[in-house]
Amino acid sequence: MTKADLIESIYEKVGLSKKESSQIVELMFDLIRARLESGGKVKISGFGNFTIREKHVRRGRNPQTGDEIKIAARNVLTFKASPVLKKALNS
Amino acid sequence: MVKSELIQKLSEDASIPPKIAEIAVNTVFSAMTEALMRGEGIEIRGFGSFKVRHYRGRVGNHPRTGTSIEIEPKKRPFFKVGKELRERINGIAPGAIERDAEGAGDE
Repeated sequence: MTKADLIESIYEKVGLSKKESSQIVELMFDLIRARLESGGKVKISGFGNFTIREKHVRRGRNPQTGDEIKIAARNVLTFKASPVLKKALNS
Repeated sequence: MVKSELIQKLSEDASIPPKIAEIAVNTVFSAMTEALMRGEGIEIRGFGSFKVRHYRGRVGNHPRTGTSIEIEPKKRPFFKVGKELRERINGIAPGAIERDAEGAGDE
C-alpha cells in the first residue's frame, strides 16, 4: 500500500476530487511529520503512538571485527501500536 | 498531538469542514489498518513504512512463577522510519523533546 492507495480511498469515501484527495493525504502526513520534527508526540487512538526516544551513548561492538566502538547518543522515532490495532491483526 | 488535533489542523490548513477532515483522517487510518490485516506492508514516501511481523508460538516461562507456559503465535505491526525523517529527528535539540509521561494511556 502506498500514498496512491490512500488517496484513492479518500476519493471514494469522502467524495472529494482526486486532486483534493491527494492534497489532503500529503497535508495529513506533513502535519504529523512537522509535529514529530519539532520534538512532539503524535497519538492516533485506535492505531498507535509515534514518540521520540532519546538514546544514550553506549559502547557497542562491530559484529564483523569484534572491535569496540562508541555508539553516539541519538534520537529515534518509535511507533507503539495501539492494543486495538494489535487485536485487529490477530483476529 | 492527538487525532482530534490532527483533524482540526487538517480542516484549517486544507480549508475543509471539520466533519470532512474527520472522515478523511479516519479513512486513512482504517485503510492502513486493513492493509496490515491483509498482511500487506505500507510505504509512505517521506515518512516511513509499516510491516507485519509474524511470531511463531513457543513454550516460554512465566516470569514470576517459572512454570512453563504456551505462548500463542502472533502478529505485530512494525514501523520503520524513513531516512530523511530519521535524520531530522536525530537533529532535534534534547530540550525540545516531549518526554513520555508516566502512565500515559493509549486507547
